[in-house]
Amino acid sequence: MTATTPPRIVVKDLNFYYGKFRALKDINLDIAEKKVTAFIGPSGCGKSTLLRTFNRMYQLYPQQTATGSIILDGDNILDRSQDLNKLRAKIGMVFQKPTPFPMSIYDNIAFGVKLYHNLSRNDMDERVEWALKKAALWVEVKDKLKQSGMGLSGGQQQRLCIARAIAVKPQVLLLDEPTSALDPISTAHIEKLIDELKEDFTIVIVTHNMQQAARVSDYTAYMYIGDLVEFGETSSVFTNPKRKETEDYITGRFG
Amino acid sequence: MFDLYARRRLINAIGLSVSVVAMAFGLFWLCWILWTLLVHGLPAMTPAVFDKMTPPPGSSGGLFNAIYGSVMMTIGGTLIGTPIGIMAGTYLAEFGHRGWLAPITRFINDILLSAPSIVIGLFIYEVYVVHVKHFSGWAGTFALAIIVIPIVIRTTENMLRLVPSTLREAAAALGAPQWKIISFVTLRAARAGIITGVMLAIARISGETAPLLFTSLNNQFWNDDMNQPMANLPVVIFQFAMSPYEDWQKLAWAGALLITASVLTLNILARVLFRQSTSTH
Repeated sequence: MTATTPPRIVVKDLNFYYGKFRALKDINLDIAEKKVTAFIGPSGCGKSTLLRTFNRMYQLYPQQTATGSIILDGDNILDRSQDLNKLRAKIGMVFQKPTPFPMSIYDNIAFGVKLYHNLSRNDMDERVEWALKKAALWVEVKDKLKQSGMGLSGGQQQRLCIARAIAVKPQVLLLDEPTSALDPISTAHIEKLIDELKEDFTIVIVTHNMQQAARVSDYTAYMYIGDLVEFGETSSVFTNPKRKETEDYITGRFG
Repeated sequence: MFDLYARRRLINAIGLSVSVVAMAFGLFWLCWILWTLLVHGLPAMTPAVFDKMTPPPGSSGGLFNAIYGSVMMTIGGTLIGTPIGIMAGTYLAEFGHRGWLAPITRFINDILLSAPSIVIGLFIYEVYVVHVKHFSGWAGTFALAIIVIPIVIRTTENMLRLVPSTLREAAAALGAPQWKIISFVTLRAARAGIITGVMLAIARISGETAPLLFTSLNNQFWNDDMNQPMANLPVVIFQFAMSPYEDWQKLAWAGALLITASVLTLNILARVLFRQSTSTH
C-alpha cells in the first residue's frame, strides 16, 4: 500500500492498545509529502487513534501504548528517546472542537511560537499576521487582536486554531474531524483553506464525511475495526474500490 | 389516557406547592434573622464604631481595634492559605491520575474540610500558642489559614476538572511542557471558578469565632503587633453579646451587622465575577 509521491511519513507494523484492547492492527501506510491524506471509516474504526499516534498524543494517557514504527525524517516517532516537544514542533494538530486558549487572539498564536523562538516584538507581530493570513482569518480579526479568542464564532475559532498550529511552521498538519462541529459555510471555508495549505504542509485529515474526503484529499485510507482495509489515490478509492467492504461503505450500504 | 394526564397534573401541582412551602419556610427564618440584625444593628452603627476602641463596660466606644484585627487576620489567613490550596488543588487535578498520594490527599482534605473549626483552634493552640506561651494575631492567622486551605483545594480541583481535556491536548499538541500547559492554559481557563472559591473561603473565615478563641483571643486596646493578642469581631461579638451591659450589646449588634454585610458583599461580588467571566467564554 504505497503512494506514488515520495512519502513524508512511513508507518510500519503499527499496533495500538487501549490497555489490553488492540485498537490498531498491523497498520502499514505512507503519507505523501505536501498532499492531503484522508482517513475514513465508521465510528470506532481507529482513524482518530491512528492520527493521534503521529504526535504521540496518546502519551498523555498512561493506559495507551503503541508498537511498530512511524518514521519521520529517518527517526522513529514512537521511540521514547525522541524529544516530544521537538516532534510536536514538526507536527501540528487541530481538533474536532475548536480549542482557543483563554487569552487574546494574538496571544493564542504567539503561545506556540514562543515555545520555540525568541522573537522580537516586530518579528512576532509579523509571524502572527502571517499565520492569520494563511488561515484566512486576518481580515476578520486584524482590528481585535487583543480581544479574547473565546469571543469568535465557531468557524473563526477553528481557523484561529489552524493559524495557531501553522504559526509554529510545522511540516505536517494533523486535522481530527476539523469541521464536524461547524456549519456548512464555515466548513467550506476550512476545506478551501486545506486546499491552499497543502502547498506548504503535508496534511492528514480524519473525517466522518465521505464527500469531504472526496473533495479535499489526494489519498484516502479506509479503515474498519482497527484494520486498514484499503488505501490509495482518492479518485480510485472512490470510483473504483478494490475491496467489497470499501465499496459498501462509500456507497452508503453501511456505516 | 385523560386520567393519566390529570393524575400527572395533580402530582405536579402537589410537588410544586410543597417546594414553594419549603422555600417560604427557609426564607422566613432568613428574613427574620436579617430583620432582627438590621433593627438592632443599624441604630448601633455610629461613626464611633469605626474610630473608637472597644470600651470597658459602661462607657461608650467602638470596634475599630476589632475591625482592624479581623481584617488583618482574614487577609493573613487568605494570603497563606490560598497559594497552598491552589497548588495542592492543581496537583490533585493535573497530576493525581496515578499513584496513591492523590487519593489519600483528597480523602484527608475532605476530612479537613468538614472538621469543626474549634478543633482547628485547639490544634493551633497546642502546637503554636503553648510553645510561644502567649496568644497572638499570628496564631489566629494560622488557624484561619488552615480553614482556607481545604476550601481552596476543593474548588481548585473541581474547577480544573471542568476544563475540557481537549484544551490540554491542544496545548500539548503545540509541544508545550506540562508546567506551561497548567500555568498558561488550564489555570487560566479555571480562573473565575478558583477566584470564587477563594472569595467563599474569605467569607467563611471572616465569621469564624471558635478558632480565634484559643489563638488570637482578644484585646481591649489598640494593637497592630501580630505577635500580641488581637481583638477581632467574632470574639468581641461573642463576649459583648453575652454581657449584661447595654453599650456592649449594642456594639455586638453593630459588629454582627458589619460581618454579615461584608460577607454578603463578598458573596455577591464572587457571583458577579463568576457570571461575567463565564458569559464571555
